[in-house]
Amino acid sequence: MFTVLRIRRDLVDAIVAHARRDHPDEACGVIAGPDDGSDRPERFIPMVNAARSPTFYEFDSGDLLKLYREMAANDETPVVIYHSHTATEAYPSRTDIKLAQEPFAHYVLVSTRDADEHEFRSYRIVDGVVTEEPVEVVESYMFANTGSDDVPDA
Amino acid sequence: MAVTVSIPTILRTHTGGEKSVEASGKTVLEVIDDIEARHGGLKARLVKDEKLHRFVNVYVNDEDVRFSGGLDAEVKDGDTVTILPAVAGGAR
Repeated sequence: MFTVLRIRRDLVDAIVAHARRDHPDEACGVIAGPDDGSDRPERFIPMVNAARSPTFYEFDSGDLLKLYREMAANDETPVVIYHSHTATEAYPSRTDIKLAQEPFAHYVLVSTRDADEHEFRSYRIVDGVVTEEPVEVVESYMFANTGSDDVPDA
Repeated sequence: MAVTVSIPTILRTHTGGEKSVEASGKTVLEVIDDIEARHGGLKARLVKDEKLHRFVNVYVNDEDVRFSGGLDAEVKDGDTVTILPAVAGGAR
């Protein structure tokens, strides 16, 4: 399956800013989008890393329940699940692969090991198989032929 | 004792694609066994060495059962049981 992550620039910036802010601990979160097959990340939801660790992340279990209930109520799906690596490259670790349990999500990794330049990469992780995919950063989705509810970004 | 069990995307292959199923039981384990009787394969994804898998969260209504008895946590008629895989990982 060939896939690409098409994502708005402001969402990329928000993920990177979160990763920088929590450095040297790993940062994590979700970008939810409509559960209609459009594969369009829209709502930025930074999560607390309950592990507060430079080498591990985990959503708090109470926050996780709230998040999934909220997404269900909004007909949303976790289009992007992101986290940072703070001393290594932006590539899924063995732990990332073992614990990845959303087969339809884009797993975004950001590396903040370099203080000036970050790495931002995206993967599918399905049944232990990692497939990197290109990231296409766009200013808005308004020209995307993915739905009828597109509104021009201000 | 009917409860509604919410099934995460990754486990829906074990419930014929259903997002939620009805089940019965007085504890989380009984509920899981009841589903397993109809949808084989689910239990192995949730339970390991007779304990709840470390990276699977199960809630009875709003309560994470890890803090209320684990697999022995009580379930009452009309409760909602939610299964959610942990979102976790890291460079380690």
